[in-house]
Amino acid sequence: MATITEKIAKLFPQATVADGDIPAISIDDAGWHELAAALRNDPDFAMDYLVTIVGMDWTDSLGCIYYLESTANHAMCSVTVRTTDRENPMLHSVSDIWHVAGIYEREVYDFYGIVFIGNPDMRRLFLSIDWKGFPLRKDYDMNPELNPVSIESERQSDTTDTYVETPDGKIEKKTVEIFRKEDFVVNIGPQHPATHGVLRFRTAVDGETIKKIDVYMGYIHRGVEKLCETLNYPQTLHFMDRLDYFSGHQYHHCLCNVIERAAGIEISRRAKVIRVMMDELARIASHCLFMGTFCMDLGATTMLFYTLRVREQILDIMDKTCGARMSFNYGCIGGVMQDIAPDFQADVKALLEILPKNIKEYNKIFTGNVIAKNRMEGVGYISREDAVAYGVTGPSGRASDWACDVRKTHPYSIYSELDFEQVTATEGDSMARFKVRLREIEESAKILAQLVDNIPEGEYCVKVPKVLKLPVGSWFEMVEGCRGVFGVYLESDGSTKPYRLKLVPPCLPLAAAVDHMTQGQKIADLITIGGSLDYIVPDMDR
Amino acid sequence: MPYEAFKDNEYIESLVKELQENGTNVVVGAFDKLINWGRSNSIWPLTFATSCCGIEFVSLGAARFDMARFGWEVARSSPRQADFMMVAGTIVNRMVPVFRRLYDQLAEPKYVIACGGCAISGGPFRNSYHVAKGIEDIVPVDVFVPGCPPRPEAMIYGIMQLSRKIKVEKFFGGVNRKEKQEKFLAEHPVEGVKD
Repeated sequence: MATITEKIAKLFPQATVADGDIPAISIDDAGWHELAAALRNDPDFAMDYLVTIVGMDWTDSLGCIYYLESTANHAMCSVTVRTTDRENPMLHSVSDIWHVAGIYEREVYDFYGIVFIGNPDMRRLFLSIDWKGFPLRKDYDMNPELNPVSIESERQSDTTDTYVETPDGKIEKKTVEIFRKEDFVVNIGPQHPATHGVLRFRTAVDGETIKKIDVYMGYIHRGVEKLCETLNYPQTLHFMDRLDYFSGHQYHHCLCNVIERAAGIEISRRAKVIRVMMDELARIASHCLFMGTFCMDLGATTMLFYTLRVREQILDIMDKTCGARMSFNYGCIGGVMQDIAPDFQADVKALLEILPKNIKEYNKIFTGNVIAKNRMEGVGYISREDAVAYGVTGPSGRASDWACDVRKTHPYSIYSELDFEQVTATEGDSMARFKVRLREIEESAKILAQLVDNIPEGEYCVKVPKVLKLPVGSWFEMVEGCRGVFGVYLESDGSTKPYRLKLVPPCLPLAAAVDHMTQGQKIADLITIGGSLDYIVPDMDR
Repeated sequence: MPYEAFKDNEYIESLVKELQENGTNVVVGAFDKLINWGRSNSIWPLTFATSCCGIEFVSLGAARFDMARFGWEVARSSPRQADFMMVAGTIVNRMVPVFRRLYDQLAEPKYVIACGGCAISGGPFRNSYHVAKGIEDIVPVDVFVPGCPPRPEAMIYGIMQLSRKIKVEKFFGGVNRKEKQEKFLAEHPVEGVKD
């Protein structure tokens, strides 16, 4: 790590580098693009994966924090870029270096009004073009009369803005057509049974072939990040169940990890084991539902009933312990809400017993089916390089041979002690994504089998102060959700409420990659490709 | 489910009493009974879900809770073919016009169930800048099912309540809900759409 900081200090004398868990670089906007290119291309850094862009409002300045990771050695670093101009804040775009930056910068623009010079598409992402103000700024006017709920259809634009820098340093605004005049555009969604939620695709087609897709989101944008800033730490937790509602346990785990690290709380081993078991149970349940709905998208309705059978069994286990079938709110700061139910272990064992039989059955019904093979093999290919550039994590990324499982790359909780394999495949098509998930169920079952008889005695929740204040600082944690890397960035100003809580959803890059993956494919395959990515719309919209 | 097990019999009874105050025509009454019997046993939902509650609705359709027992299993993807809309999930500003259009596209007789805290009042997201505070301001609602998300049993109870409401309709579904609906739509017009 020392060599990295030294090298940056040598190459970019204007940058300041602070050593922490990860090197925290801060640089002014003029040198940022050059630094980004160096971080990405220099083999000593090779930061080829942009984890997220955190938009920030420090009241005296606006800015972004970029979290970067190298897929080769999993080294991470953060880069802070600021601008003091609040009227016309501008930063240089890095969407030419990391593809996924394109959508992240749009998000930052939507929330903070920071314009990115060079980003080809500077439209608002979640909010309408007539929206007044930038909601995550600290001086945003919450008055509902400014932005009323209207039943009139919202005004839409067929053009987008892009800002380019001329050689003499001037910034010019250009208007670009999203689709060409001769394009035939089909609208899919937001109300469509196979888009897995309220997502909308504007699809330009040539006959049956897809030319371009414009992903239109925000139909379930609920402003969770802003809401969190008004609540105290224990209160923010319950939103984690309502983003990706299948990964509720993992998301809770992540936010708890951040807060516990910030507050210096060490939780008991019993709580750790329970959390990991719940995570893996949730993963199995989620992948089961994925199989059901994905096969239903392909027309194989029967699979839904087979896979939901296992899911119901898992929900029963959770119901007994957490008291709910969904929205568990089980993880809490210091451990878990309540102890496991008396027959938890017996139930998990019963589940582990029937799982192999069920997986065999799924393979028999579906995986080997000729129709399924024809519709999945070679469809929706994404290469490893593109998966990294577009930030396609989780089972979808691993199907393209990108070993991105946070449980292995940055082991948290007790995962480093457990014996399980990171499932990868090399094909990168829909079939690979399906099979990776199927095999991940087996790996999760393996983890459960190791833990079910080894739940140590102890307290399930350590004592935590009733009013929790965190020291001034910022923290970033990641966990492996059911669909990919979920991260939480937390900045505290020393009070009982977070100053900024940024949630890094895995599904936003997944949706942004749909355009790239479907180009040149048949429109009938759009649904199966989307299904195989398994995105959850409330997760990407937040 | 036995009649005594419902918790709001008083409400239904007073509704029936009010409807039958002026007596019932023998012929129309008989037809009403027949039509209501048919309608209440085959209410088809629209496949409409925005978030978490939608997943419980999927569970409702699967083998364990099996809404096919009641004749509700034919979930239609087109609003033209559906009878009722289970509003499962948060409705946000951007979704409101779309949601209203879906409601307008439903063929008569149409019903709405507000399912879950978000649809009823905005739920945990009520204070957000981009959330509609309940769907009652957007469309007329027949049944509210609280929960976050409601358990499938609660959803079954909610749809059963709807079916009870349909059973006591008079004049082929005309009287008891039309008044409310017409008044509502007059108060909440959409430009360019004739209700």
